[in-house]
Amino acid sequence: MPKKTLQIVESAYRATLEEQDDTVVWITHAMKGAGGEFDVLLRGNAVNYAVKAQDASGLAFGAKRQTQPPRLAEDVAKFADKGVTVLAVAEDIAERGLERGDLIASVKPVSRAELPALLERYDLIWHW
Amino acid sequence: MPDKKSLTFVLMDPPYENARTTTALRLMDIAVRRGHDINVFAYEGAVNVAFSKQSPHANAVHGRDAEQEDHPNPKDWVAALFQEAEKRGSRLDWVQCGLCVDERGAGECIPGLRRGSPADLVKFTETSTNTLVIPTK
Repeated sequence: MPKKTLQIVESAYRATLEEQDDTVVWITHAMKGAGGEFDVLLRGNAVNYAVKAQDASGLAFGAKRQTQPPRLAEDVAKFADKGVTVLAVAEDIAERGLERGDLIASVKPVSRAELPALLERYDLIWHW
Repeated sequence: MPDKKSLTFVLMDPPYENARTTTALRLMDIAVRRGHDINVFAYEGAVNVAFSKQSPHANAVHGRDAEQEDHPNPKDWVAALFQEAEKRGSRLDWVQCGLCVDERGAGECIPGLRRGSPADLVKFTETSTNTLVIPTK
């Protein structure tokens, strides 16, 4: 049985335009596909990855236009199809003025006070 | 252009690591579109922004082949800026820090850039309307 890893994503929007995704979200999808067991905790600015209304389209340099902009909320939502639970720190959501309805349905808010018990449930904690 | 300005940008970050380089290129793009002259001093990891061997790839996680993915390479964004500058009558002078290139083995860059040194940055700042440093954090 593979070790269960919690991916804590905190560095947000890091090269997402160049990569057309988030690098940690991407590698989590890839490792899940390779047989790993993961859940994801969004914290800090990364809670915004769960916001449905974000739109990164329209980037252009001269005549060179980006045709496949990052779709971070969709990428995060796809975790649910793979059995990856996505959590987000409730206080970080609230501090940014976001409401539950702004977020994709599958993300589960978790309070900071609940984090110690949550972390105890995992074999590995990777903080990005 | 009556109020044509000369703007210098100092870049320090490598590609594919954060949003700062993309933001810098967006600022350059709008400046070029407005007909201003641009100087760039690519320092440290930024010399790889225009590395010519960058290549697009397919993305299995996205479920797209290489053509569908249309994966952007920053070298192509830089090349597009040069083309836009030429079209708009702007001057884009992009200097690669020579020692930074050597220590990274990053000598192969797209056409239009030139090798230089901090002395070029001194000249840029002396002759520019303003200089914006976008450092690594």
